[in-house]
Amino acid sequence: MARVVVDVIPKPEILDPQGQAIVKALPRLGFTGVKDVRQGKHFELEVDDEVDDATLAKIAESFLSNPVIEDYVVRRVES
Amino acid sequence: MTEIDTVEKAATDPERPQPYAELGLKDDEYAHIREILGRRPTEAELAMYSVMWSEHCSYKSSKVHWKHWKANTTPEMQAKMLAGVGENAGVVDIGDGWAVSFKVESHNHPSYVEPYQGAATGVGGIVRDIIAMGARPLAVMDPLRFGAADHPDTKRVLPGVVAGIGGYGNCLGLPNIGGEVVFDPSYQGNPLVNAMCIGAMRTEDLHVAKASGVGNKVILFGARTGLDGIGGVSVLASETFSDDEDAASRKKLPSVQVGDPFTEKVLIECCMELFAQRLVVGIQDLGGAGLSCATSELASAGDGGMHVELDKVPLRAGGMTPAEILSSESQERMCAVVRPEDVEAFMAVCKKWDVLATEIGEVTDTGRLVITWHGETVVDVPPRTVAHEGPEYHRPIARPADQDELQADDPANLPRPSTPEELRETLLQLISSPNLASKEWVTSQYDRYVRGNTVLAQPSDGGMIRIDEETGRGVAASTDCNGRYVKLDPYVGTQLALAEAYRNVATTGATPLAVTNCLNFGSPEDPGVMWQFEQAVKGLAEGCRELGIPVTGGNVSFYNQTGSTAILPTPVVGVLGVIDDVRRRIPTGIGAEAGETLILLGETRDEFGGSEWAHVVHGHLGGRPPQVDLAREKLLAEILVAGSRDGLLSAAHDLSEGGLAQALVETVLIGQTGARIILDEDQDPFVQLFSESAGRVLVAVPRTEELRFTEMCTARGLPWRRTGVVDPESGELEIQDVATFPLEELRQAWEGTLPALFD
Amino acid sequence: MKIGVITFPGTLDDVDAARAARAVGAEAVSLWHADDDLRGVDAVVVPGGFSYGDYLRAGAIARFAPVMQSVVDAARGGMPVLGICNGFQILCEAGLLPGVMLRNVGLHFVCKDQWLRVENTETAWTTRFDTGADILIPVKNIDGRYTASAETVRELEAEGRVVFRYVDGNPNGSINDIAGICSANRRVVGLMPHPEHAIDALTGPSDDGLGVFYSVLDATRSLVTA
Repeated sequence: MARVVVDVIPKPEILDPQGQAIVKALPRLGFTGVKDVRQGKHFELEVDDEVDDATLAKIAESFLSNPVIEDYVVRRVES
Repeated sequence: MTEIDTVEKAATDPERPQPYAELGLKDDEYAHIREILGRRPTEAELAMYSVMWSEHCSYKSSKVHWKHWKANTTPEMQAKMLAGVGENAGVVDIGDGWAVSFKVESHNHPSYVEPYQGAATGVGGIVRDIIAMGARPLAVMDPLRFGAADHPDTKRVLPGVVAGIGGYGNCLGLPNIGGEVVFDPSYQGNPLVNAMCIGAMRTEDLHVAKASGVGNKVILFGARTGLDGIGGVSVLASETFSDDEDAASRKKLPSVQVGDPFTEKVLIECCMELFAQRLVVGIQDLGGAGLSCATSELASAGDGGMHVELDKVPLRAGGMTPAEILSSESQERMCAVVRPEDVEAFMAVCKKWDVLATEIGEVTDTGRLVITWHGETVVDVPPRTVAHEGPEYHRPIARPADQDELQADDPANLPRPSTPEELRETLLQLISSPNLASKEWVTSQYDRYVRGNTVLAQPSDGGMIRIDEETGRGVAASTDCNGRYVKLDPYVGTQLALAEAYRNVATTGATPLAVTNCLNFGSPEDPGVMWQFEQAVKGLAEGCRELGIPVTGGNVSFYNQTGSTAILPTPVVGVLGVIDDVRRRIPTGIGAEAGETLILLGETRDEFGGSEWAHVVHGHLGGRPPQVDLAREKLLAEILVAGSRDGLLSAAHDLSEGGLAQALVETVLIGQTGARIILDEDQDPFVQLFSESAGRVLVAVPRTEELRFTEMCTARGLPWRRTGVVDPESGELEIQDVATFPLEELRQAWEGTLPALFD
Repeated sequence: MKIGVITFPGTLDDVDAARAARAVGAEAVSLWHADDDLRGVDAVVVPGGFSYGDYLRAGAIARFAPVMQSVVDAARGGMPVLGICNGFQILCEAGLLPGVMLRNVGLHFVCKDQWLRVENTETAWTTRFDTGADILIPVKNIDGRYTASAETVRELEAEGRVVFRYVDGNPNGSINDIAGICSANRRVVGLMPHPEHAIDALTGPSDDGLGVFYSVLDATRSLVTA
């Protein structure tokens, strides 16, 4: 069994309303100096050893993210 | 590094080749631009002209047909209209000093690429159109069409579209009060996502999109401008960016915009406060063509000149070029014209709502739209040539060669059910078919209660909202279209769409007042499609004249096709009506009063061309659509409105797709009350139950009012027939001599289909 | 009798809550998120909507608004506070009520007419109901699944602090069918369904929601005389 982490984040040129709302709220709470926030999704997958990287990439690209508006990163954290 | 193309440069290298063809401009259109300017356009100008002269913005294929609206609008019809075709949205006077603005728009192609965001930004766009008239948006409705219900891609598109409409509209606080969900394989690669918005204002608060008053300031407010939806002008990037990597990355940009409903909600409240304080001279939303559209349209409709300093526009992305800023389709932005002395107050309101606002220019009397970039002129054009004097095409029109064959293929030859068992099975098969099944799976994802003024919503025939809490004055609206009818006969089919929307409004007790439309068709370069289009426009315009209600505006969406096959022609017609007091609305479900008689108004003929029965049972499309009789529709509406006013009706439901059987099932299920039906012995039960003859409504009349109501119908010459009685005790729908259905059986058949497909 | 209704950026049902307050004869007073002045109100409604777009978490940003600090202080002093839907989420984030709302089990936004059982008629907002009464109130949310630690839920149940429970179907998967709860002193109530949308059978499924607003009239009256 392997543990795989997939992070999905809106592409830099795509508007991220959630990140914008957070970055605007921070100064009101007294936290200054934060220039930008982007909010994404974090997935943790438990996968069998025979699942290869290409399959993981396919899962991330075709299902966990929408490549039109989101980028993804796949990491194996332990195996 | 970037090198910005300026008017000065355009003069020095007049023959530089430009990628106008990639931007969608034809040779003669490009030549015409050069002729207007007396030189080659700059990149920014080229971007503006190409987007503003696109089919979507310029209506170049459809504009020549608009003469039909004008030719069919009488002075009496005109008198009700405060703003009409050509404005951001139509506005009608509903009495008591209230004006109502309403419009439908399409967002078809984006919704196929990214269903959630495509549908969400469709809602956002139409809502800003209503704000731009000075109205507070009050409700939305969504006519939707998808491919086959059981196609795997429909399972991707439909839930995404529905979640997008809900996600955006619910967050804006606008009740969703109606719409349609229709399935047909022709929409498989091209769903139709149309969105309608209704708003209201006091008549004196009407705003128009024009930049008048020399010296007045132009203020851009709302979201920042980013690289959204600039896919179209990305070909210019290779000219601008010497660095290949930058150029290549621009070309990969998605043409999808992401909506931010929270920003839009705040923008609505901000605009309402700006209007209330009378700080706005002119206002325009930023939609399809972004700043290109807003600046050129404001200037063109105003005093003729405007100077914009483009480098002042707040950006979300680094390194954007003037052409990109002008073409950006970033959402949730508005552009206002403000008197200099009001700028400070304007900015204060924006600050209160935490809305970013920036002065980007001013109104001039030069007759030119001049746009500068760090002091250098990048655009210098006569604004009318961009906004209102785009190309006009007389596209070839030809009746399709197979139209006769289609109409000759009469459904009379199809085998029909005749025994009680067969009729019973047919009824259950039809009510559980995707087009006739309950749409609650969809509509329960929409907030219908917010703002507390929703009087009728799905599954009623029309939605109704209260406008004035003191008097109870309100409006009702409905959108309709049966693309199969339109395919069989575009003229009659479009009149049937009008007739149904009109009838649906009257069925709520409201008086139909005005019309809007969203004309979804295939490619205008196909003469057969243009024939459908022309027939549809004529049918609608002449139909409106006969009904005495004006077309206040509309939207045209061409190039809707799955592969190379055009969609069913789908001219969605929206009708708005007014009711003096919403407390007199007619509900859809029976059982409100003890002892009601069911009366069928109108005539039932043997009409199955384009019917749901032919479609579901035989997969057949052919013959002629049902007859349309607009004089009869008008009489029927008058009877319904009179019935509502005098309290003679306790429920009413329009007959349309699926015929009487469908109406009966919906009436008993919505009212949660049984009924006993007695069919006419002299007519085939199959025809009585499933024919789709137009001009019919099933009404429930309290026993005490029955005589009064039927005497009125007889006196006015409206055919009626006592069809049955409401039976609160039985818990079943009994159709005598045919079949008896426990309500629970009907409910499972009607409500089970969509959850089974999409959960 | 003055009932304050808070507006945050993104609040939607403030007009409805104000209408409900007026319907029972109270004066509705608008409270602005950025202003910590409660303007002399006798009770506060934190209405529904999507404050700050519900970005990050529902209620997570709104709880830090200046007005909320005043509401928290007033609530600790016994002022009746009602959180409806997003307002309930905000009261949970602000620590006035325990627990949190998760995404509905069906993962969809759900808008429907929902039967509720009134389980506790001794709160500031429910004295006008009969114990065990069933009322029909619209529910509409996407993040409506109430959850809390097992210990908290046990405590709420043991202390009779479950005020409303879903009957005839649970629309979002809330633990123990919980639709609304109250604070230990029974002055602060939060619920996901919308009583302010059920004040007139013309625009709602019933007028059962009026009882909530009538109850608070009694609660503030008794506070004054006490």
